[in-house]
Amino acid sequence: MKRFLLLTLFFVTGFAQAQLTNITITHGVDNPTRIAIVPFNYVGPALPEDISEIIRNDLNFSGQFESIPVEKMISYPQSEAQIQYRDWKMINAEFLLIGDITQQAGRYFANFELFDVVQQKRVLSRSVPIEGGETQLRDIAHRISDKAYETITGIRGIFSTKIIYVEAFQKPAKWQLMLSDVDGARSRVLLDSKRIILSPVWSPEGTRVAYVSYEADDRPAIFVQNLSTGRREQVTNFHGLNGAPAWSPDGQNLAMVLSKDGNPEIYTLNLTSMALTRVTNHFAIDTEPSWTNDGLGIFFTSNRGVKPQIYKVTLASGQTERVTFDGEYNARGRVSPDGKSLVMVHQRDGCCLIAALDIKSGNLRILTETNLDESPTIAPNGAMLMYATSLGNKGILGAVSLDARTKVRLPSKQGDVREPAWSPFF
Amino acid sequence: MITKAIKQGLTFAVVMAFLVGCSTSDKKKTTPVVAPVAQPVVEAPVKAPEVQVANVVYFEFDKYDLTPASRAILLAHAEKLKGASMAVRLEGHADERGSREYNMALGEKRAHAVRDFLVLQGVKAASLESVSYGEERPVATGHEETSWSQNRRVEVKY
Repeated sequence: MKRFLLLTLFFVTGFAQAQLTNITITHGVDNPTRIAIVPFNYVGPALPEDISEIIRNDLNFSGQFESIPVEKMISYPQSEAQIQYRDWKMINAEFLLIGDITQQAGRYFANFELFDVVQQKRVLSRSVPIEGGETQLRDIAHRISDKAYETITGIRGIFSTKIIYVEAFQKPAKWQLMLSDVDGARSRVLLDSKRIILSPVWSPEGTRVAYVSYEADDRPAIFVQNLSTGRREQVTNFHGLNGAPAWSPDGQNLAMVLSKDGNPEIYTLNLTSMALTRVTNHFAIDTEPSWTNDGLGIFFTSNRGVKPQIYKVTLASGQTERVTFDGEYNARGRVSPDGKSLVMVHQRDGCCLIAALDIKSGNLRILTETNLDESPTIAPNGAMLMYATSLGNKGILGAVSLDARTKVRLPSKQGDVREPAWSPFF
Repeated sequence: MITKAIKQGLTFAVVMAFLVGCSTSDKKKTTPVVAPVAQPVVEAPVKAPEVQVANVVYFEFDKYDLTPASRAILLAHAEKLKGASMAVRLEGHADERGSREYNMALGEKRAHAVRDFLVLQGVKAASLESVSYGEERPVATGHEETSWSQNRRVEVKY
């Protein structure tokens, strides 16, 4: 390593103004599960957050649920004894969630119960309250959403996870690395720059992020930034490209693209010893590394066959095989948590959609239908992915279930939003 | 071989004549457009020491080979740079289609194609510096081919 800079950066902690515009369901499942979330009981001055509304939005966001509007509800039970199941059957609710919030010495406690309306029985009860301060009311709501989602679907909920993304502004040009809840709320600036920021990724344990930032001489470098301290460390400073960082599953290595030896090639950097290992060696473009889940191989994009396609290299042997064959342009692969699917940017009839490859069968499924879709990132539960798209002339984020049955659009931000990266479970 | 050489020479002569013509008629405000696709060069004109030469060359989608028009422009630059000791920055760009890091690599491949051509014409490699901005700094922000064709470029900056 030529240089090894340790920089303590101004860590912007201020919250951006609340962006609580609801997400938009652009395409839902044919028969979403209908759930009624009764307004949570709370005695005291109005809370800064509406817990039951956040839960409603969360479950709608998954695309698998349809929350029944409050005004359609016939009664507002606060306990199991007050539930009249016929009230809920009349409005076709399949599940019913009730709860209350209490406050003690600045701490909030939530109790909640979930009922199966069809079977007329309680399916989840949390007698141990979730607690948190006023700023954690959204966390409380997301935790309840996670529990309800998991109880009904059998899949772990992702509502408490986070995303990072890049927000770009024009006139004057400015790039910001942002952190927010999955629904786009509580966005916070992690890095503010007059120069390009791109390719943000999470470390596997979710405490650090890596990204590319153009520095004082307007050349790219790779940085690792600790989320709790804000301290960032420059890990590369090579001539040419310093790009596309990707963390190994064990968190020990960072795969990246460097062109210091002439061509864009894949390398791995051991973050403890700072030892650099070259992985590919080809005169074509090799870029966008992404580790296999076992950490033994790396998927990457290469135009060694003239057009960009995704390849996989086994690190121990260097053996390389082509993975994608369908279409003229397949790039930036990301493998699903179960290892079965590879999502990518796929070009068809003009430009760029998100597609998922079933690795075993080779079948390619198109997941999105807008134009200029890119940067897919898969949720840690493997049920959804988020991607960058555009609406009008603005870059926004969209999400789609991996079975392509549900699609949602996140509220637009002030700037152009791009390159989302979904956190692991915390 | 012979016809090709004549052709190249001719193209060069025509382009030079055009460039000189432009520079005398309107030296200050415009950057002459030499690429066959008629499009304004939005980037602020860069001060060239003598003759005003187009400082942008354009590429096809997902390609980094030089077009004949680009070669002609770069020949003019090579003439000026040969034997001179000024530092030149070659900034590679891509259009918005496709993935961002692939476009970053594409921008660098384009800058390298320009560098290699200039070196082949006798320009000192040490005076040339390549950097890629991928699709991050478009000059035209539309989402159609007219804009895209302006963004797939290498800017030669003195």
